[in-house]
Order: sequence, then structure tokens, then C-alpha cells
Amino acid sequence: MSEAGSGATLLEVRDLSVRFRTRDGVVQAVSNLSYTLRRGETLGIVGESGSGKSVSNLATMGLLNRSYTDITGEILFEGTDVLKLRQEQMRRIRGKDIAMIFQDPFASLHPMYRVGKQLAEAVLAHEDVSRDAAWNRAVELLEAVGIPNARARARDYPHQFSGGMRQRVMIAMALVHNPDVLIADEPTTALDVTVQAQILELIDRVKREFDCGVILITHDLGVVAETASHVLVMYAGRPMEYGPAQEIFTGAQHPYTWGLLESMPTVEKRLEILVPIEGSPPSLLHPPSGCPFHPRCKYRFEPCDGERPPLFRLPDGHLDACYLPPERKRELWTKRIGAELGVT
Amino acid sequence: MLIYIARRLVWTLVVIFVVVLITFVVFFKLPAGDPALRFAGRSPTTAELALIRHRLHLDKPFYTEFGYFVKNFFTGDSNGWPGLGYSYEGDIPVLQEIEQRAPRTLFLIAGAGIIWLIFGVAIGVTSAVKRRSIVDRVAMGFALFGISAPVFWLGLMSLFIFWKELHWTGGSGYVPLTQNPAAFFSHLILPWIVLALLFMAVYARLTRGNLLETLGEDYIRTARAKGLSERAVIFRHGLRASLTPIATIFPLDLAQLVGGAVITETVFNLQGLGWLAVNSVFTQDLPTVLGVVLLGAVCVALANLVADILYAFLDPRVRYA
Repeated sequence: MSEAGSGATLLEVRDLSVRFRTRDGVVQAVSNLSYTLRRGETLGIVGESGSGKSVSNLATMGLLNRSYTDITGEILFEGTDVLKLRQEQMRRIRGKDIAMIFQDPFASLHPMYRVGKQLAEAVLAHEDVSRDAAWNRAVELLEAVGIPNARARARDYPHQFSGGMRQRVMIAMALVHNPDVLIADEPTTALDVTVQAQILELIDRVKREFDCGVILITHDLGVVAETASHVLVMYAGRPMEYGPAQEIFTGAQHPYTWGLLESMPTVEKRLEILVPIEGSPPSLLHPPSGCPFHPRCKYRFEPCDGERPPLFRLPDGHLDACYLPPERKRELWTKRIGAELGVT
Repeated sequence: MLIYIARRLVWTLVVIFVVVLITFVVFFKLPAGDPALRFAGRSPTTAELALIRHRLHLDKPFYTEFGYFVKNFFTGDSNGWPGLGYSYEGDIPVLQEIEQRAPRTLFLIAGAGIIWLIFGVAIGVTSAVKRRSIVDRVAMGFALFGISAPVFWLGLMSLFIFWKELHWTGGSGYVPLTQNPAAFFSHLILPWIVLALLFMAVYARLTRGNLLETLGEDYIRTARAKGLSERAVIFRHGLRASLTPIATIFPLDLAQLVGGAVITETVFNLQGLGWLAVNSVFTQDLPTVLGVVLLGAVCVALANLVADILYAFLDPRVRYA
């Protein structure tokens, strides 16, 4: 694994699997997932809806309902397995050491409480200070995330804010206790394109100023390209490819990652050469045998539907779960995908 | 907001006027007996009947009579304001009749309202928090019983068990609070519970449903992600949002009982406003019917306004202009 930009290890996920017991059967939401987050790093987790990217992070937050969820593996936060913590111990970490920003800022704030109160409440959840002090801290944070006229705006209700401003409020809320890990679950999906860049910049600035590690969950490789130091590509609850961002963007190994890159619009690329990935993701109630992507893969051959491919470690440290021989991949990358994307 | 309230008040007056007009028309288009005959008592002479018809304006077209009623209402009569006239039965002023009946009904509604609001919400919250547990199933079974059990049956059974057999409570009838507070409570406790049971069941189901729906909202996940305790998540965030609809139907339920708690009032022989209204309909006592209908309409219309204002107060997203 690349050592570029590495601080202390904050979060280490080892062989995480999450199963939901439902009326229709067991849903294998996440299978054998491992990744590491270091201080000062941004880990981009990329995948389609239902790929398990959110679920794995809700597991980290302890926000999955354990009465119908089975979780195996380990999630080590600064050496402690959070999966083994009791509810109350987990509550003390949640919002303090590990904080999360959600996809839909319109639905994620309580509609009946003033924004300042919701922030102050986050302060008081982990700190024994006066209400006034908590309110002042709330105003300070609103200023820090770039909300103009913060003292007055703190008295407003969420519906009086625009989408981008609400997402700023959510970020401010996550920063209340200066967390070590900031998980951003599709923070820009519900926002206008013009606002998306501002929010991504803000998250990046916050990462530097508050010196934390960021997990950026998205279905858009473009979002990750700007800021991530590492990228994990997930499909059907499984890791497909994992490595330094640089290597993913200049030498992706997995046909699924290629598919994502090809379907990503860029300024140079004209609309007609955007290539969609044919088909749709498999049902996690009845996942296909072998590589979960093989029914949709243009490059599948004999071994793909047999054994599930393990994660192969490449010489540069980057991991990939595909049976195609490396020479063939290099050939395909240079000839087709890389050429199309304008990178070789 | 003030302009909104003023405009709503004007509309409220219009609604009340229409309700009274309809009641009036119904009584004149569906006559099942001559009111003058009822007013006159036993074996009146033709001359007496003509005099009564004239005094009660029964010899004029109904709109003239309605005009007299409205005029009388606003200017008041010998019994004070508002002028509601005399009952055809026994020549008692309607105002006096209503003043006598109203406390019985109001105490009945107030007591029952407090009971059903507190217990209904408490049962609903417990059920939602312990969803699918034994507690939830028992509570919802109880709610189904409360909704389906008829009030007259519940009333008679409770009187039989708690008054006749166990001697725990007072029997039927009403004792004024000022006369004997202990007897007042002892006589009202069964009607309170019986009347509350139905509403309690409805409120429990409503609270449970609303709270479960709210607990699935994204902002509840945010509250948990902040590291709030489960108690704060459910009560401060969940209940706050799910009680808004309940707070807004409560005044309406109270108001519709002003003239609508007939069965409870009859079973427990409380002789309140609902009982008065039904009796007056049977005896074709137009002035008394109009008096109760008017009071009921005012209560419902005002409760409607209160509910709307409460809603704007509880939910900051709702603002009236």
C-alpha cells in the first residue's frame, strides 16, 4: 500500500460482513470488506446504490439496528473494536470521535427546531457546558462553515435555508467535537451542481483545519477524483478494487471500475461516447456465483462464474478482485479505456 | 397572523349562521306536530292557540321568524344576553336551561379529555418504542377493544361492576362540585373513563403510528448520529414531531362532544347538553334545539380556529398570512 500522505491509522475495517434478516430471506449487504483510514486522508468509497457503501459506514457509526442485522469482522477505531462496544459506550463515540454527514440535507435536520438549537444540542450531547456556551459554539461553527450572518441565522429553522446552506449546517454539526473521523455519505447528491463543488471544497478544507480523516461515500468517481487519497470501489457489497486514487485513475484494474470511468462525463468527453454499464446490479438476496459483476462484464471468461475471485495484490500495492491476467488488463486499458479517457 | 385570525373569525360567524339557518329550515320543513299545541299544554282553546301562534311568530313566514330569532339573539331578552327565548316545554328560558346543563357536560368532557390525552399518548409511545413486543400487542389489543366496545354497554357494565357489586364509585346522576366534591368525583369517574376509553384507543393508535413513522425519518438518524441518548432521540425528536397532529385534533374532539356525548350522558343520567338536545328534538322544542345547536356550532368553529393556530405555533413550517 502506498505510504503517501499517511498519518496515524484512525479506522481499520477488517473482513466486515453485514447481513440483514428480512421476511424474504437474508440480504448479504456487505461481504468481506477491509479498508484503512489514516489521519489527514480522504478515502473515497465508490459504488452504485445498494453496493453496501452506506451500510458499512452505518455499521461504523453503530447506527444499524442489531435486532435484525448480523455483523461479523472488526471495525477498529484507534485500536478498539467498535462492534464489541455496548450501546452507551458507542453513543459516547458517536458524534464526538466519529461524525457523519448524510445525503439529504432537506430531510436530515429536524424541521421543528432552530438550527442553532440543533447544533447546541450536539454540543451538549458530549460536553457539560451551559446552554449559552453551547449556543455560542453553534454560532462559531456556523461561521466556520461559511454561513453569513451566523448569529442571526442560528435562530432560523431549517426550511429557511437553501440545500447547500443546510449541508453546511450538517457539516458544522459534525464538527462540533472536532472528530477524528468524518464520514460523508453522498454529501453532494441532493445538491445543485454549482453548490456541489463548494461543499466538496469545504469538506476538504475542514479535513485540513480539523486534522481528521474523511470517508467520502459517493456513486460518482468525479467527486472522488478531486480530493480522495485512496479509492475503494464496491459492487454488490464486495470490494472490487482498492488503492491510491492516483493509481485508480491512471491504471484501473477492474472491468467494473472501467465501466464507472467510461460512464463518467468530463468536459472533454462528448455525450455520445459515454458508455453505460449494461444491466443492473444483482439482488443481494440471491447474489450470483463467482464474481458478482460477471453477468454484466464485457470481459468475462471461464473462471468468472465459479470461485469468487480473491483480492489480488498488485506490485504497486493496489488490490483488485478480477481474474483477467495483468497483461490483458494492461492491453485493454491502453487500447480502449485509457485512450478514451485521455490517460495512458 | 392577527389578520389571519380576524379573517377566520368572520368566517366562523358565517359558518355558525349557516348552521343555525339549516337547523331552522329543517324544523320548519319537517314538522311532526304543531309547536303551538305543545306550548299551550292540555286542551287549549282555538283563541289561545291563535294567540300563542302570534306570540311565537308561528303565523308568519319562516324567514320572518328566523329574523326575529336573530334579532332577539343579538339584542337579548328578559333573561339576558344572548336572547334564546323560551322552551316550548314548561315555559323555561332556554338560556337558563343551557346554563344548568352546560357544567355537567363541560366537566364530563374536561375530565375525559385529560384522561384520554395522557393515557392515549402514553400507551401509543410505549407501543411504538416496544414495537412488536408483548407490551405492544397487549396495548393494541386493548385499543381495538376500546374502539369496538359500545359506550352504552361499557357504561352499564361499569355501573354494574363498580357501583352495584363493588361499591367503589357513586352511581348514575350528577352532584355539583360545590355541593359535595367527593360525590362529584365519585359520580363522574365512571363516565370519564367510559367516554375516554374510545378516544384513548384512537389516540394510542394515532400516536403509535405517527411515532413509528417519525422514527424512520432521516432527522432521527441525525439525532442518533449526534450521540444523543435513546431517550432524547425518542422524546425530544420523535415525539415532538409526531404529537403535532394529535395536538391539533384534540380541541376538535373536545368541541364535538359539547353536544355529542349523548350516550354517555344518558347511560349515566348526567342530563347534560347532548341529552337536552336529543330530548328537545323528540318534543319538537325548537328554541332549545336551536340553543344547543348554536352552542355546539360555536364550540366546533372556535376549536377549529384554535387547532389551526396551534398547528402554526407547533410547526414552524406552517405560517398563515
